[in-house]
Amino acid sequence: MEQKTKIDAENGKQDLVITREFDLPVELLFKAYEEADIVEQWMGTKVLKLENKKHGSYQFETTDPKGNIHGFNGVIHEFIPNQKITRTFEMENTPFDAWLEFLEFEKLSDDTSKLTMHVIYKSAALRDQLLQMPFAQGINIAHNRIQDILNKLK
Amino acid sequence: MNLRRDVFQAIADPTRRAILLLVASQSLTAGAIASNFDTARPTVSKHLQILTGCELLEQEQSGREVYYHINAKKMKEVADFIEPFRKMWDDRFNKLETIMKKYQSKK
Repeated sequence: MEQKTKIDAENGKQDLVITREFDLPVELLFKAYEEADIVEQWMGTKVLKLENKKHGSYQFETTDPKGNIHGFNGVIHEFIPNQKITRTFEMENTPFDAWLEFLEFEKLSDDTSKLTMHVIYKSAALRDQLLQMPFAQGINIAHNRIQDILNKLK
Repeated sequence: MNLRRDVFQAIADPTRRAILLLVASQSLTAGAIASNFDTARPTVSKHLQILTGCELLEQEQSGREVYYHINAKKMKEVADFIEPFRKMWDDRFNKLETIMKKYQSKK
């Protein structure tokens, strides 16, 4: 499958940009971020709280294959339907400082859209450290989730 | 020893990144490298030791001089370090797309 997701992470900088074009109208793309039960499916996480509004907050929880529970949370600064979400993201019980995410949703045509995710970390060192984390494990979890979802749809 | 982690610790330091940039274009002796920095010579030596230790730099004996040059293979590995992260997001977004297409056709 063609890899549609691009990451722009300049050397020595404390931010990165993730871009992706979707074969979906922008309204549907945005909905995948808005509806808790859909977020749960594609992020592979449990959504404990998701308040889509300025000054709102969210809380996710993931269980790894060893049964350890990992919490994530953040505050929503801006929530403009079909356009933009500004939020913070924090990994609980880790030494990593929270980071800032700007998510911009763009209509390309009636059936296609683009997401630009600008992530700003506390330092360049922190960004690189997070990029090196064992994501292979996360990918395996994601694959298992896809399988589960597909089985349920059968 | 976690060599992979060491590589990233090595490039997290701005002086060491500057050394890698310097040596990228030509092989240089420790003295020639140190002359590019205001830092004390032993500090530069320490940086060279770390970069050599994690195989980003290689030493080459030429007469009485030791030259440092880039280990291109190791540098390539570092350049690819973002790939697992990209793949993780690509997988997530592929899943998002599949789920939302189903959602759309249900309507």
